[in-house]
Amino acid sequence: MTFNGNHLLGLEGMSRDEIEYLLDSADSFREISEREIKKVPTLRGKTVVGLFFESSTRTRTSFEIAAKRLSADFVSISGSTSSVSKGETLLDTARNVAAMRPDCLVMRHPRSGAPHFLARHVGCPVVNAGDGSHEHPTQALLDLLTIRGVRGRIAGLEVAIVGDVLHSRVTRSNVHALRTMGARVRLVGPPTLLPSALAEWGDIHHDLASGVRGVDVVMMLRLQRERQGANFLPTLDEYSRYFCLTREMLELAKPNAIVLHPGPINRGVEISSEVADGQASMILEQVANGVAVRMAILYLLAGRGRASVEQRQAV
Amino acid sequence: MSEGGAILFAGGTLIDPANDRHGAYDVLVEEGLVAAVGAPGSIGADAQRIDATGCWVVPGLIDMHVHLREPGYEYKETVATGTQSAVAGGFTAVACMANTKPVNDSAAVTEYILDRARESALARVHPIGAVSVGLAGRELAEIGEMYEAGVVAVSDDGMPIADGALMRRALEYTQLFGIPVIVHEEDPQLAGDGVMHEGRVCLHLGLKGMPSAAEEAMVARDLALLAQTGGKLHLAHLSTAGSIRLLRDARERGLPVTAEVTPHHFILTDEAVREYDTNAKMKPPLREQSDAEALVSALREGLIDVIATDHAPHHRDEKEIEFDLAAFGIVGLETALPLTLRLVRDHGLDPVTLVRAMSVNPARILGLDAGSLAVGRVADITLVDPDYVWTVQLEELRSKSKNSPFGGWEMRGAARTTMVGGRIVWSRGEQG
Repeated sequence: MTFNGNHLLGLEGMSRDEIEYLLDSADSFREISEREIKKVPTLRGKTVVGLFFESSTRTRTSFEIAAKRLSADFVSISGSTSSVSKGETLLDTARNVAAMRPDCLVMRHPRSGAPHFLARHVGCPVVNAGDGSHEHPTQALLDLLTIRGVRGRIAGLEVAIVGDVLHSRVTRSNVHALRTMGARVRLVGPPTLLPSALAEWGDIHHDLASGVRGVDVVMMLRLQRERQGANFLPTLDEYSRYFCLTREMLELAKPNAIVLHPGPINRGVEISSEVADGQASMILEQVANGVAVRMAILYLLAGRGRASVEQRQAV
Repeated sequence: MSEGGAILFAGGTLIDPANDRHGAYDVLVEEGLVAAVGAPGSIGADAQRIDATGCWVVPGLIDMHVHLREPGYEYKETVATGTQSAVAGGFTAVACMANTKPVNDSAAVTEYILDRARESALARVHPIGAVSVGLAGRELAEIGEMYEAGVVAVSDDGMPIADGALMRRALEYTQLFGIPVIVHEEDPQLAGDGVMHEGRVCLHLGLKGMPSAAEEAMVARDLALLAQTGGKLHLAHLSTAGSIRLLRDARERGLPVTAEVTPHHFILTDEAVREYDTNAKMKPPLREQSDAEALVSALREGLIDVIATDHAPHHRDEKEIEFDLAAFGIVGLETALPLTLRLVRDHGLDPVTLVRAMSVNPARILGLDAGSLAVGRVADITLVDPDYVWTVQLEELRSKSKNSPFGGWEMRGAARTTMVGGRIVWSRGEQG
């Protein structure tokens, strides 16, 4: 098995073999970050351009470190402060960047579907580093890598995803990947942030206790503060009263259950400090795995060279 | 193209529901009027002969919901290009919405549009005036002044009338002139900043949704008002099965309401948005399969009166951007007829019902002297070839804008000849 995509835009529709292959590839890159000299020449001479149209310190840093550990040149453009604020369209930005012959583009954008638009208009691979409320494929891959690393498998595990499911790109990517890999998914949150139509993705729980009871993995989502004031919830205080993962709540899960969070965390809102810093928390493991996942993706996409991608697009 | 002389449509099938004619008839046109209708071969006249074999001769199609964009947005469309597109699609008349710049909320703008039509239009142009000044939804526009100048209806289309009291007054006041209030039903708070139908696909794509209830709540409100005030209410571009249920109930109660549907709402569903195609972005949004089916069956049984395109031209630069930011709307004049013919072929739509929905009923609702091919009536005629096979090439559309989701679609059926007032304004070559 191999990964044949020209881009990594999302995990929806990806096969079990493909996801397995990406996780195995990422596993093999983990070791490089443990070396004293954390650099291999694999992507020497390749250029990776990050287009960050939405602020994202940790995802951008993670991609940058991944690129540099593979010896690629990494250049990053912050959309919100550059030509976009001067009125340049995404299409013009894409064409201009493409004209500089990058080997891979990494894009974070506040609008769902923006990386798909980019991919249609440039001749090089595009990696979605999070688009609006749609997908965040590298985050889900690092979550799966973390789960698999700790539990040895994904199939058969029960995973609760808790919080603002409606607006969460992390959820969408995870739901597709977890289900494809054979995990059972529960979605937990208030009805305003968890529409009943999502029942096709997993069992719906509006009660945190029933949602986490007996699960192997609790995946907490960051609650965007702007949801307060848009009437998705009355106040953050009231939200935390019903949906904050505390030690007592976590005790309802399996004894060896683990807790994931894509960060940055709101301590005391969706997760208590006790849990975030506790034994079950895999938050820092996730961050470490993020670099490995992104190295694997850049290796697989940027490593091919432009010609091969264009040939594949032609057929 | 042909001027003045007599023209005989020979050998075709006449579909003229206003006169209960459906069958083999020849139609003679002289001096801009229908001069004779008779059995095949029975009309002897010194006339240019158009072989209508295999085709339908129908009263000129009327699209009662288009955006011609002039004045103010001539970079998207003009009266000239919009009516070129209309006649290519078989339409002999269009009614154009008021959301121009300036808004058509005064007799001066109405007169300007009619002047431009006289100078440059291939089809008849019937302006629709604004309900409220500047489409702002606060004060009634001078509807009487606009009526005197030539508007055939009023509508704030594009901007829903959020204020129920204003809507009530509009339904009452328009009774002075007997013209309909055409409503774009959308609760602005419920629709919010949604960009597509709120449903499964929207949840997958992570886009903001507009729930069906945003339309249905306003339909329910306006039908309740209508029951109280009387007047004429025309529901534009209905899109949900729930709206159809409300319409059915209102009809059964005898309320003076009419309704329209667009071809894209009965042909496409929200699945068309899957690849973030901005040409599948419009208001109301493409809904679900069950909605499309409800629209088709309401059309078949005559519950929906009218097929209209909501032809909404937008420049490439307003569509080749992020989905969230792209303009709402698509062009429709050149694809409406073949898309509706799909219903005739595949979904049991009676051709007579098609002609009612695309000619007779819009003429009746807007009070136009059209929709009939009785002897002595104005010769606005569309010659429909239901089997003409062609492929939609966006660059070849006559509209100034190319924002259609039907690019590359193979179509069956087209207008072969379009005649306005006895003059042939469009004629399709033998092979496209």
